[in-house]
Amino acid sequence: MVHTDAPILALRSVSKRFGAVQVLTGVDLEVRAGQVVALVGDNGAGKSTLVKTIAGVHPIDEGTIEWAGKPVHLTRPQDAQALGIATVYQDLALCDNLDVVANLFLGRELVRGGRLDEVAMEKRAKELLDTLSIRIPSVRIPVAALSGGQRQVVAIARALVGDPKIVILDEPTAALGVEQTAQVLDLVERLRERGLGVILISHNMADVRAVADEVAVLRLGRNNGVFPVATTTHETIISAITGATDNAVTRRQARVAGANQ
Amino acid sequence: MSKHSSTQNASRTNGSTVTETSATNVPAVDPRLLVRERGFAGYLAEFKGKLRSGDLGSVPVVLGLILIAAIFQGLTGNFLNAGNLSNIALYIAGPGLISVGIVFVLLLGEIDLSLGSVAGVSAAISAVLSIQHGVNEYLAIVIAIVAALAIGALHGFFFAKIGVPAFVVTLAGMLTWSGLQGYVMGNTGTLNNIPNGVIANLDNYFFDSVAAAYGLAAVSVAGYLAAALLGARSRREAGLPFRPVSEIGLRAGLLAVLAFGAAYVLNQDRGLPLALVVLLGVVIVTDFVLRRTTYGRKVFAVGGGVEAARRAGINVARLRISVYMISAGLASVGGLFMASQAGFADKQTGSGFVLMNAIAAAVIGGTSLFGGRGKTWSALLGALVIQSIITGLDLEGISQSIQYMITGAVLLGAVVLDSVSRRTQKSAGRG
Repeated sequence: MVHTDAPILALRSVSKRFGAVQVLTGVDLEVRAGQVVALVGDNGAGKSTLVKTIAGVHPIDEGTIEWAGKPVHLTRPQDAQALGIATVYQDLALCDNLDVVANLFLGRELVRGGRLDEVAMEKRAKELLDTLSIRIPSVRIPVAALSGGQRQVVAIARALVGDPKIVILDEPTAALGVEQTAQVLDLVERLRERGLGVILISHNMADVRAVADEVAVLRLGRNNGVFPVATTTHETIISAITGATDNAVTRRQARVAGANQ
Repeated sequence: MSKHSSTQNASRTNGSTVTETSATNVPAVDPRLLVRERGFAGYLAEFKGKLRSGDLGSVPVVLGLILIAAIFQGLTGNFLNAGNLSNIALYIAGPGLISVGIVFVLLLGEIDLSLGSVAGVSAAISAVLSIQHGVNEYLAIVIAIVAALAIGALHGFFFAKIGVPAFVVTLAGMLTWSGLQGYVMGNTGTLNNIPNGVIANLDNYFFDSVAAAYGLAAVSVAGYLAAALLGARSRREAGLPFRPVSEIGLRAGLLAVLAFGAAYVLNQDRGLPLALVVLLGVVIVTDFVLRRTTYGRKVFAVGGGVEAARRAGINVARLRISVYMISAGLASVGGLFMASQAGFADKQTGSGFVLMNAIAAAVIGGTSLFGGRGKTWSALLGALVIQSIITGLDLEGISQSIQYMITGAVLLGAVVLDSVSRRTQKSAGRG
């Protein structure tokens, strides 16, 4: 936890509406350099929408987004990218017909003398994949030919190409096997060591507790607490997610505990 | 397998060696990596692998061209005459240029049905301005092309900004611009090109010096060779896989045979036609733009996944508008060539099967209708196929109704090939 106190990215009472649906209401969120913030919440809590407002996909309706202490307007994905916010979506957003190198550098191709510098891009792609210990059959095959796990790591590697300051990972381990999950978590820790701020969306509490410094809970589009992982129990987080200490999860746990005794 | 058995052995004999044994057994490089063999054998192996996985590239259309040439030469005995081949080269200029524009649109996964009418209205504008109003021909051509670019921008605007399906926008465009063409022509039935004017010369001008055709062939081969060798060298210096010299030599050799063969044939007739030079130039430039520039990369990205492209920061709407401008601009130049070919501009220029043949040419040449796959060379190859069939059937004296049926069958065959190869690519994990 080598983070300074001033947040790089701060959301102040952000609200977002889609037609008649109020998806986010007065949400606050802070991310510092070298900090992994897990964003958790039940389905429909507004995690994905919140992430998309930060990524510039959905402009916010109310509230402010501050970058390094200054308010910024994120109306297009390019705005967020230019600041240094990289997003890996759950659906990965890779172009199936392009090869791995082209996907890694999509939107920020290296150009020399007016033409694509394929040699430099391929070289950097290989170096990047090597440092992340990512193994894929070839950097010159279309992404369509890769497995789900390979596509996930390519998508994460792609987020790192632009030297971002904040990386948003939307359910990065949801579709992965045991070993690849561990690799992705290693990767998240390496991002923190590099001084990047990471926002990690996950349903998997084991992953969250393994790598996150703080857990920010969303419930029905509102903040429902920010907890330091080290000093917070599993049950506290669960009850914040579900909104009550009396719910299906705690009832089951009590029942199981009772049966064990 | 070996890891498994050694672990078992180790655990039976001495438990403490287990981890060590299994750790050393993990290969540094994943054995499933596709490592290409060095040299020419590797090239052949990769080529075969590509064919098997459904990545057919230009192979079917080249085989088709050879087959067509062989059949018509056998039937007519004069299909491969210098005069006939030279005429084919002339005829493909107009449709070929429109087809290059179609390739751009198809790469986006969209369609442009208006290009025949755009070609017609451009021919009409330049003819009316230069012949009836005495405007300088170059200026008239520029105005016609600018008008087409504006038309393309309008199509792109309604499609990309308003969200009207491209099919409908360009269908409306097809009617509208065809109407504008008739309106511009007014009561004039046909406007004959100014003798020896710019428009007339698009089709009539030949570089009759023998050196021109051979020179172009030599420059093309030398240019290819230099680019390929330099590219291979910089890749080798960067420690990346590179094309072996033998492969580059083979490709350059094939190109040389083709280029000098074509030059020889053209010199047997009237020399190197300007129309062919323009078409080749446009194909080479657009191919470079699509494969070697960020703009081209964006076109492929949008064709491969709109959402992915948008999230990568690509301004999809602007890109779509620009592509519709390119297709309309190229169609406009194609229309001028067709007017030159016909000797006049009239209300029918660009109508009928011009558009359908241009779309067919792009698809027959191997550009996918599903977006994201293709190259502008396919416009040239496909236009050659269609024109060869038409010319061959003309030589045989077969009626136009039969020609349409045969062209239709060839188009269907090409689309079937596209769909089947897509399916094969999917099952081979490449689609």
